[in-house]
Amino acid sequence: MSHEKRDPLARLKERHVPPGMRSRAMQAMAARAAMGRFVLQGCVDCGAVTYPPRDVCPRCWGELRWADHGRGAQVLSVTTIRVSTDLYFRGQLPWRMGTVALDAGPVALAHLHAGLTAGDQAEMRLMLDRGGNAALFALPAGKEPDMSDRQWREFVVPVKGRTILVSDARGAIGRALVQALLAAGAGHIVAGLAPPARIADLSDSLLGMERVQSVPLDLTDPVMVAECMSKIPGPLDIVINTARLVRGGGVSADGNLVEQRRMLDVAVLGLMRLVQASAPLLQGRPSAAFVDILSAQALAGDAAFAGYAAGEAARHALLQSFRHEMRATGVRVLSVFTGPSDDEDHQSVPPPKVAPARLAREIITALETGREVSCVGDVAVDAMDRWLADPALYTRERNL
Amino acid sequence: MTRARTPYDGVALCAPVTVAYQRYSDQSAHWWAGRAMRGLAESTGFGPVDIDGFCFASFSAMPDTAVGLVQHLGLSPRWLDHIPTGGASGVMALRRAARAVQCGDADVVACVAADTNHLDSFRHTLATFSRFSQDAVYPYGFGGPNATFALITDAYMRAYGVTREDFGKLCVAQRRNARSNPSALQRGELTLDDYLRARPISDPVHLFDCVMPCAGAEAFIVTTPEIAARHGLGVARILATIERHNAYPDDPVQLRGGWAMDGESLWAMAGVAPADVDTLQAYDDYPVIVAMQLEDLGFCAKGRAAEFIRATRFEIDGDLPLNTNGGQLSLGQAGAAGGFQNVTEGLRQVLRQPLGAQVPDADIAAISGFGLVNYDRGVCTAAAIIEACR
Amino acid sequence: MTAMDPILAGLVAGIASQRLRAVDLTNTLSPDFPVIVLPSEFGQCEPFRMETVSRYDGNGPAWYWNNISMNEHTGTHFDAPAHWITGRDVPNGTVDEVRPEDFIHPAVVIDISREAAADEDFILTRAFLDDWEARNGPIPPRHWILLRSDWSKRVGTVSYLNLREDGAHSPGPDATAMRFLVHDRDCVGLGVETVGTDAGQAAHFDEPLPAHSILHGNGRFGLQCLTNLDQLPAFGALVVAMPLKIKGGSGSPLRVIALVA
Repeated sequence: MSHEKRDPLARLKERHVPPGMRSRAMQAMAARAAMGRFVLQGCVDCGAVTYPPRDVCPRCWGELRWADHGRGAQVLSVTTIRVSTDLYFRGQLPWRMGTVALDAGPVALAHLHAGLTAGDQAEMRLMLDRGGNAALFALPAGKEPDMSDRQWREFVVPVKGRTILVSDARGAIGRALVQALLAAGAGHIVAGLAPPARIADLSDSLLGMERVQSVPLDLTDPVMVAECMSKIPGPLDIVINTARLVRGGGVSADGNLVEQRRMLDVAVLGLMRLVQASAPLLQGRPSAAFVDILSAQALAGDAAFAGYAAGEAARHALLQSFRHEMRATGVRVLSVFTGPSDDEDHQSVPPPKVAPARLAREIITALETGREVSCVGDVAVDAMDRWLADPALYTRERNL
Repeated sequence: MTRARTPYDGVALCAPVTVAYQRYSDQSAHWWAGRAMRGLAESTGFGPVDIDGFCFASFSAMPDTAVGLVQHLGLSPRWLDHIPTGGASGVMALRRAARAVQCGDADVVACVAADTNHLDSFRHTLATFSRFSQDAVYPYGFGGPNATFALITDAYMRAYGVTREDFGKLCVAQRRNARSNPSALQRGELTLDDYLRARPISDPVHLFDCVMPCAGAEAFIVTTPEIAARHGLGVARILATIERHNAYPDDPVQLRGGWAMDGESLWAMAGVAPADVDTLQAYDDYPVIVAMQLEDLGFCAKGRAAEFIRATRFEIDGDLPLNTNGGQLSLGQAGAAGGFQNVTEGLRQVLRQPLGAQVPDADIAAISGFGLVNYDRGVCTAAAIIEACR
Repeated sequence: MTAMDPILAGLVAGIASQRLRAVDLTNTLSPDFPVIVLPSEFGQCEPFRMETVSRYDGNGPAWYWNNISMNEHTGTHFDAPAHWITGRDVPNGTVDEVRPEDFIHPAVVIDISREAAADEDFILTRAFLDDWEARNGPIPPRHWILLRSDWSKRVGTVSYLNLREDGAHSPGPDATAMRFLVHDRDCVGLGVETVGTDAGQAAHFDEPLPAHSILHGNGRFGLQCLTNLDQLPAFGALVVAMPLKIKGGSGSPLRVIALVA
């Protein structure tokens, strides 16, 4: 095993985040950046596209509306900052940034990928910085970002070589995730296995892989959660919460309350137990992240899975607060929404369903692109679109 | 057609006061403003009851504005203004006060800029400077104005073929001018080699391209020639002024300032040409802005700054004495007072009351201000031509 | 009247002089102690859970205490007759109604450890018991029957529940053995080291789950998840097993001890 090592007597390097004050308009841009969109404000009346975010059109004083735009840009000028009074950037110097002319019209300051220089064509990404605020990053046009780029790594969560806890590696999603993480070069995977242990666990080829360590983990037991953390060798970089108990049933009828309570315990208090045990470990790490998989049912409830949807909604709310708490630490909290997965939990649900392997791939993509909110599969994408467009209507539709 | 502008008849500019700068101060902006008022009183004899107009500029008087200062300083003015434009505030104070006096709204206007500099002031001022900065500048490396002007300098150098040696020549000349000014914070010799070999701060901006934040205050009086005469004060008249904000908003990178938009009207109103100017007090937060002013104010054609700099001597005894007190690059930048020192120094030179060396036979001074990087460029520009009344 | 009855006094003296030894037959109740696993379509047994309310901290500066939760059949536990459908109408069939005299009974210990080691699905049969009596003497009435399988030595390993793809594998009695013990030997109940009185595969017997069915249908009790049975003699141990007085309860975690000479 190749865990990171450091001088035990050296003081732990403190992690800082970039300056965090933003206008409300900029917060709106960040809310869209969180979903991986590249947006700018356009005037409803004259069509002018504007940046930095404003509260009114600077050409005709008309109303502004956010819209997606082309990502093309040209680098106009470049500087390498070597002195900063900000604690975060002092730790990152030297830092390259520049002025870019967006194809959409406005001129913006942006972080630059290595090698970009004045006159170059760029492709813009609207990222979230370490403090969770929107930031423009210019990549070389037509090229994939280099995951070893020092500045780019501040905006994403690299998987390669890192220690990752998968809270439930017994279910189909967890197993697919362990496989995908191995393929993506994860350094060490801690695979949580909810008791009871099976004889077959001993000979499981996936759990027996060199970079996989299986650990008993049931999120309903605080002692087991704490003991799981104590068994992780070296620092923990990423937690992916795959634990869930899916049970159908309504509110007034057809709900086995013993099952429903256990489901909520795993979903809601289980998340809190996992967070409370792991967040202190993640906070000291560069590019740390906590990923949770949420059902799109979290957005509006679901009459056929009432208790389950309630648990997912509660988790959705907890994640918002957890994200806020982590802003000052630089730990990214990622929500991955999915529709029904193609596994034993959703046998009664008709297609389309999300293959666990697909979900696993998308989780890695979310990490490696720093996307705070992802929707995987047609069902989740459709749910999010409808919810964003008309939450009241969507809620009615889901509970007819 | 532009309307003809009313000349500044019946207006006198007098009593330049500079409160010697300090790198760091444990005093407040109010204290520094008080020192400036005391300096005005000592050079004019005006007391609180004589001053019926007050114009104030500062970044560090929070939570007070000019209103708070009025009560703090014991004034009862019938005309009050607060100018938030930093590097452009001196010329703007001058032209506002001038019209107030000319129209009889005030008789004696004290124009004061004062800023303190605590150990952490610069970082704090920066962190809360503007909404666009918070949203769209600081998150990109927090290089402060150095990074913003590095981007402008980078684009300007490539656009017009200006070199670091050209900027260095301006800085070296200003340092030579500073050496005779006992109140300049940086008076050590600076060679072109020193300039070129200085450590990079934000490429292509290096150490000697940057001003040093400090504490200080500047002040002057705008009144009528008659009142000035009764108090035995030497005065200058205002030949012309301009100001402009957010000029050329569609220029992708700032390669020109508002002076380019209004320069012609400045000279037309003044009735003189750049060649008639005895000294130029240009705003010098970074040498690239000095070069831009040389072009935009008509001292040379646009894009010809490099040639002009190479062919011109900017020392006090040179072809175009530039920033004769050493400019902010040698004095230090005392917040908003840095936008006033160009007015006080220009006034002192034409009144022949220099702090250091005197420009020979100086009568006409051009004064130029530039202020407030709200986002990616300085938003406010202003300029004035003044002439001594002999 | 200050003197204790001589019988009780003898018991006290026996314990005080260490002539009598108390053997703890209880496994430690902890969150990771396994509970029985039923097929997923059935409701499941909750494991033991403990959350600290305070520990000399802001939530209670001078005191330490925990909230605990579990199923009635978690850890070392007692099965009352009402636990099984066959015992639903048995008088005093719930833990709160069990007569206190039934908390204290002598025990017979039947050693099946060698057989269980050789065959994890070892079935205790009437024939085995006949043979056992021939070698050890008859099983007296009103005794607990304790099956020493040494299964408790597997606690903490995957082979305690011993879950394979076809279910759990652990020893237990068949119906012939249960009928013999209940009807012919009038046992108080059956005590085992495994998580259930029935064998791991007993759901697939011709007469499924005979221990539960026959014991409880006849008003007898069960004790599960016992340990230290290897420290008891075949005859002569006195078992003290007192379930919590849970209103209408089907069973209860408990502390079980045996007094041995």
